[in-house]
Amino acid sequence: MDQVSDATAQPSGRRPAAEFADTPWLDPAARPFIDVRGVTKKFGDFVAVDDVDLQIYRGELFCLLGASGCGKSTLLRMLAGFEAATGGQILIDGTDMAGIAPYERPVNMMFQSYALFPHMTVESNVAFGLKQERVPRGEIRDRVAEALQLVQLSAFAKRKPHQLSGGQRQRVALARSLVKRPKVLLLDEPLGALDKKLREQTQFELMNIQDEVGITFVVVTHDQEEAMTLSTRIAVMNQGRISQVGTPSEIYEFPGNRFVADFIGSINLLEGRVAYETDDFVAVLCPELESELRIDHGPSVQEGQKVWVAIRPEKIAIRPDSGGALPAGNAVRGVVEGLGYLGSETIYRVRLDGNGDGGAAGGRMIEATAPNLTRSARRAVDWDDPVVLTWDSAAGVVLTS
Amino acid sequence: MRRRSTFLLTAMCFGFAFLYVPILSLIVYSFNESRLVTVWGGFSTRWYGELLRDEQVLEAALLSLQIGVVTATAAVLLGTLAGLLLARFGRFRGRLLFSGMVSAPLVMPEVITGLSLLLLFVSAEQLIGWPSGRGMDTITIAHITFCMAYVAVIVQSRLSSLDESMEEAAMDLGARPAKVFLVITLPIIAPALISGWLLAFTLSLDDLVIASFVSGPGSSTLPMVIFSKVRLGVSPDINALATIIILIVTVFVIIAGVLMSRQEKARARDAQRALQTQD
Repeated sequence: MDQVSDATAQPSGRRPAAEFADTPWLDPAARPFIDVRGVTKKFGDFVAVDDVDLQIYRGELFCLLGASGCGKSTLLRMLAGFEAATGGQILIDGTDMAGIAPYERPVNMMFQSYALFPHMTVESNVAFGLKQERVPRGEIRDRVAEALQLVQLSAFAKRKPHQLSGGQRQRVALARSLVKRPKVLLLDEPLGALDKKLREQTQFELMNIQDEVGITFVVVTHDQEEAMTLSTRIAVMNQGRISQVGTPSEIYEFPGNRFVADFIGSINLLEGRVAYETDDFVAVLCPELESELRIDHGPSVQEGQKVWVAIRPEKIAIRPDSGGALPAGNAVRGVVEGLGYLGSETIYRVRLDGNGDGGAAGGRMIEATAPNLTRSARRAVDWDDPVVLTWDSAAGVVLTS
Repeated sequence: MRRRSTFLLTAMCFGFAFLYVPILSLIVYSFNESRLVTVWGGFSTRWYGELLRDEQVLEAALLSLQIGVVTATAAVLLGTLAGLLLARFGRFRGRLLFSGMVSAPLVMPEVITGLSLLLLFVSAEQLIGWPSGRGMDTITIAHITFCMAYVAVIVQSRLSSLDESMEEAAMDLGARPAKVFLVITLPIIAPALISGWLLAFTLSLDDLVIASFVSGPGSSTLPMVIFSKVRLGVSPDINALATIIILIVTVFVIIAGVLMSRQEKARARDAQRALQTQD
């Protein structure tokens, strides 16, 4: 606790104002706890991390999300001190980390492979970090017991790592990295080695533990569901750069560019040009659709500009085509070409009618999902049915890049 | 039970006979009363008694053991360093050359190793006056030279299967690199070091060719003594000596086997238990 309370004594590390308690990144007066400034890492000619700026605040559970090879792990290893940045600066709690060795940093890391010491018991594994700090023996005993209790492994203290299951090993690794009460805990794919059921359960445990200890967590993951569940904020990384930073719902509902929109969840991306703009909406004409697209609150766009409209499948309503005219905007006709029953919901893949030429093949495919609200075995919409897809003008997002 | 094929049974009998009949006959003849090795003269243990009174053999045995222990220890130290370099240093200029050169003694004919070392020792004595004459020192140095290569290979293969993030984790938890090596790396590769030591010890104890090249007057190792005795005609006390060596080796092998199978069983049991208590 010493490190943490020292930090709170500094004026800039003060507790965030009450209104920003859960969203410190919105507080204009808050100083970032981890400040990554223009950091670049090159391995030979390969640029793993490319001029990244990132601010993470105290108490956040921050996720670095990206496909493998996007530089997220390299960034994490630079925070831990295992890699030195080729350029830029990393500050943790106001201190420049350049030239500070891993064993002198106020951060601890939980490794993807857990990296438990096979020749030590669970207890000695957890005590290892405290012994390096020359903490008195009695205190080590108490803190180890406390950490093991936190992860519910008190009964396994005398076991060796190979006598534990995967989930138990994961929790030993967590206890070992938490027991030193670091300023920042780095977690590299913390749930990657667990099976699906255990992973979901552990996600919530991890959140509870973070809440309890109040340490800033930085998590690296390639699993978007994990990132969405866990984080206060997510940074989506692509090819060494940060594509977007935001809360899970910001990332999902307001993706900043096509990469993020496509990477997170499934989405329909429609290319078109801005036709006109009113006070209420932007109208986009898309060559693949009959009707125009109307979208609320876009970014400022110019007439004729090339844009993409992104619409999530679950925001599209599907109903059988009963003939008659379509509404003025945000409605298309098509035929169900694919149908996936997932239990909780059904995915429809709908082939759109061509652009006004009476249903020529080769129209665009649009994906829509609908929750299965009743247990009825008979579907309202089935294979090869003509359907109408409609959506609200608030459903889509205009992307310019 | 399925009847086993006669062919396989015969093959097995021949195979084992091929391996063990010579050794068995040696053991049987070691209890021969007669001075003539190939003529059975009744059961006796007199050659064992004679062996214990043979100063030359005892001295040679002691020398061999001394050389073996020093060699094995030094080879483990140097070989571990070489293995560490190969496994941990990453890519460096000339890495392939280095790793090839480290393992060259494994394939180099012993005669060449022995001869080149002899030349080295002779010219070193002329140039810097050390080593003065040849004896235990030179044999030990020669043995370390080729045993080191074996240890390096064993340690390297153990290290490359070791999860490097374990060392990083230790460093992350506040241990300095030297401490990480002592507290984490060393205990984990300890089995490799032990087997490397035993291998080096055995190789040193076993070596005749290289030792013959670099030994001097009054420093004959056990294999050299046995060889020279046999050249003058096989005497029964050599049989007794060989039997003792076989006995010692057998005991060691059995102990090692029992220990390893116990460990294996414990490991399997632990794994079972871990699965059962999974939550």
